[in-house]
Amino acid sequence: MEKLISRYFRPGHTYWMADYERDEGYEQARAVFDKYDAKSLIDEVKKANLRGLGGAGFPAGVKWSFVPQDTGKPVYLVVNADEGEPGTFKDKYIIRHVPHLLLEGIIIAAYANNVHKAYIYIRGEYVQPYLILKKALEEAYAKGYLGRNIFGKGYDLEVVIHRGAGAYICGEETGLLESLEGKQGKPRLKPPFPAVVGLFGCPTVINNVETLSYLPFILRRGAEWFADLGSEKNGGMRLFSVSGHVEKPGVYELPMGVPLSEIIYTHAGGIRGGRELKAVVPGGLSAAILRADEIGVGMDFDQLRALGTMAGSAGVIVMDNTTCMVTALMVTMRFYAHESCGQCSPCREGTGWVYRILKRICEGHGRAADIDNMADICSFMGGTTICALADGAAMPLRSYPQKFRPEFEAFIEKRRTEIETDGSGELSHGLPKRGTQARAIL
Amino acid sequence: MTVKLTIDGKEVEAKKGTRVIEAAKLAGTDVPFYCYHPGLSIAGNCRMCLVEVEKIPKLQIACHTHVQDGMVVHTNTERVLKTRQHILEFLLINHPVDCPVCDQAGECWLQDYYMRYGLYDSRLNEDKIKKPKATSIGPTVMLDAERCILCSRCVRFCDEISKTSELGIINRGDHSEIAVFPDHELSNPYAGNVVDICPVGALTDKDFRFKIRVWYLKSENTICNGCSRGCNIQVQYNLDRPHHSRGERVKRLKPRFNERINKWWMCDEGRYGYKYHDHNRTTAPLLRLAADIHEVSWDEAYGQVATWMRHSGYDVGVFLSPQMSNEELYLAKRLYVDQLGIKDVFLLSPNADGFEDDLLIRADKNPNSRGAEELGFKYDGGRLKDFCSRAAQGKVKGLIAFGQDLQALLEGAGIQAALDKLEWTLFIGSNHNLMSESSSLVLPAATYVEKEGTFTNFEGIVQKFNKVLEPLSESLPEWLILVNLSRTLNLPLRFESAGEIFGALAADYKLFEGLNYEKLESDPATVEVMSAPTIPDLEQQSALIFRQEPSC
Repeated sequence: MEKLISRYFRPGHTYWMADYERDEGYEQARAVFDKYDAKSLIDEVKKANLRGLGGAGFPAGVKWSFVPQDTGKPVYLVVNADEGEPGTFKDKYIIRHVPHLLLEGIIIAAYANNVHKAYIYIRGEYVQPYLILKKALEEAYAKGYLGRNIFGKGYDLEVVIHRGAGAYICGEETGLLESLEGKQGKPRLKPPFPAVVGLFGCPTVINNVETLSYLPFILRRGAEWFADLGSEKNGGMRLFSVSGHVEKPGVYELPMGVPLSEIIYTHAGGIRGGRELKAVVPGGLSAAILRADEIGVGMDFDQLRALGTMAGSAGVIVMDNTTCMVTALMVTMRFYAHESCGQCSPCREGTGWVYRILKRICEGHGRAADIDNMADICSFMGGTTICALADGAAMPLRSYPQKFRPEFEAFIEKRRTEIETDGSGELSHGLPKRGTQARAIL
Repeated sequence: MTVKLTIDGKEVEAKKGTRVIEAAKLAGTDVPFYCYHPGLSIAGNCRMCLVEVEKIPKLQIACHTHVQDGMVVHTNTERVLKTRQHILEFLLINHPVDCPVCDQAGECWLQDYYMRYGLYDSRLNEDKIKKPKATSIGPTVMLDAERCILCSRCVRFCDEISKTSELGIINRGDHSEIAVFPDHELSNPYAGNVVDICPVGALTDKDFRFKIRVWYLKSENTICNGCSRGCNIQVQYNLDRPHHSRGERVKRLKPRFNERINKWWMCDEGRYGYKYHDHNRTTAPLLRLAADIHEVSWDEAYGQVATWMRHSGYDVGVFLSPQMSNEELYLAKRLYVDQLGIKDVFLLSPNADGFEDDLLIRADKNPNSRGAEELGFKYDGGRLKDFCSRAAQGKVKGLIAFGQDLQALLEGAGIQAALDKLEWTLFIGSNHNLMSESSSLVLPAATYVEKEGTFTNFEGIVQKFNKVLEPLSESLPEWLILVNLSRTLNLPLRFESAGEIFGALAADYKLFEGLNYEKLESDPATVEVMSAPTIPDLEQQSALIFRQEPSC
């Protein structure tokens, strides 16, 4: 199968300027100024059905068309390279292996939106990718591909890299803007949407690294070619980050709509050690979990939504039959409780409450009513808050006990001590030792 | 521009840009909220005001949703009520529920909303998160972080109103808490307001803490007399439980909304400036003849004053105060200036000018300087010095001071030499000071919360202040003292109430024309701002305004 972005993913290798230019690099960015005006460029991206690949799946071209150009204020482009969704590591691959692809995408997106200043907000933990991106940026400036009068086309574009400090919520686009402005990363009330009032009160386009990285391919081969690669309304390909209990975890670039089973068994080498598949999280930790019998689903935004889960950031987390779902959920909720910004009451209090309930269950003090209580709490956490973090927490919280209820009931009834000594060896119940099971899940 | 929308089946018309939470009031519906405050920016974090809007799948917060034409809002559906109940549950899971020892109990929005929308059985089996309790965050405010629901009202107040930004929210998730920035304290001149706007027991007032349970308080609307702004306030008091806080009647002051004057706020200077109502009061007429000091009856006192005045040939100095109401100044003018023809009538502020800012606080610490000005009193420091020197030469017989501490205020003008020469001095005031300690006669006056009348603020807005308490002991309002005195002098000013005096004042002075005393409370009127007083007879009388200058 043809590879687009991932053809640059050579282990240990970074495509610096010379390498990248040898491989048609920056040709599209150079040509875009003559071939398109802003409107025709946006139309081209709309035609390509390029979806927002950060997780929301909003059509990129449509998003751009919302940006008002007549406010008298500058329009900013903000690149979301925070990649905080557990189970997702594709942006890291892009930046590490081919930083110039992202920069080329930034130039194209900037031109489409009349942007002269772009910010890349990169996850704080990404130290090596940051250093690589910084060096690539310097190369691009040195070549005159960024800065004043880029490519001699009379267009100015400054790009600034800003490092986050490790908060999951700063990947939420308005939390990111707050953080970029130097404030606490607390998501903003919407409306107004960032397209209208964004960074420093100006219209702002926020795109994910991967979304921007597909732009050069769309311009090179045409919008229709790109759209045809994927499924209906889900243009092109995307990078699936596969982790967990598979033989070959990694990033796989596959067409939108590829069956989940194909990702796991054809590309990721199947379940490790020949074990049985138990569950899969299809789109990053915040997506509802799927049972082994549901992996026939096509991996695009619309098919996964129809199944009650989401494509999200395409972080595929595979769990085999040695995984304790109760513990997995506890670890998951620990994450949300830790990362909730604390603004909205349902999320601030709810995530922590649920985590403490699960912790109590894992410690062997569960009660039969806990399962329904959690479901009830969950139904008032989702949809009642400023941002989607609580919805993200509610999805696993609802789906794990729903799909594995007998296991939850058995766990609570038998209690941890008995389970540990029952000798069946099937379920490794109990609190994970830090760094062992927890690492396998996340 | 207005839009029409339907809230709970009632059609209402609201201005474009109105928020649903405000529009709901027009429909007679109360949407509960914590973080929303009409005077602050929208935070939208408590989620208590979630309502159902037709055609929008998710519940919407009423504080952030603007009205739209044809919008249909439901605030009391099963879904909304259930969500509200659970939001409350979320807010309370880490709350210590220490109501029995909490000062906010009785005026706590958690209690109120729990009774109205909560009423669920607890299903919490977890330990609560521990946070600091009873921490001092400034000279006037205590913080209990466990009781805090993180609505951020106090943070926004300090950012947006006092513009001092001492407060912030630290940590994340359910470990979030309100805190002052390191090496700072909440000490801005408006700090007390954060206690008012705190919907729960997180921020409490050091001055009020543990004085009395709030349900024992009674409340009356009035006007602050702390400066020339005239902030609208409530006096909260208790008479039934003298064993609380040593019998002090006034327990605290709270701001009251007035769009034109103080919005929702008041300053700390005004807020904590109520102590004098219950401390160091003059309680009975006190006659001091040589070494002999004794209490006398009011009749004896009036008789004594009349005798002195007649003997002096009305050659006396009168010091009126901008703390007096329009009515009292008017009566004093009628009696001393018009009827007795006294030349040496001065207006003297009992307070030095002080701090001033752009928000509320005025340098002039008197509530009625503008009113005095409108009645024709002018400032003339030269005349005052001249009076002092004439008095020092023995050319003046007596002196009447309305509450001012002349020894302290007029030291520079040589008042002591003048006082030594005077045959008698009369002090009419509510609280003791050096002047009352040395005056021949002290008449106990009511404080302004013990009487009614009007003040004219610096912008020319006439506001009525109400009688909250009975005058302490034998004290009387100054207007009544003036009426009684005029009767003893056979120059009767026949008035039965402050309202009646205002009627006469409104008839005599164009500036007050058409103002209705009874209506003033709900509708404070503005007197047209005029460049200079234009009352001809008063110009001739050359009465003065004298406002204490720092140099004098």
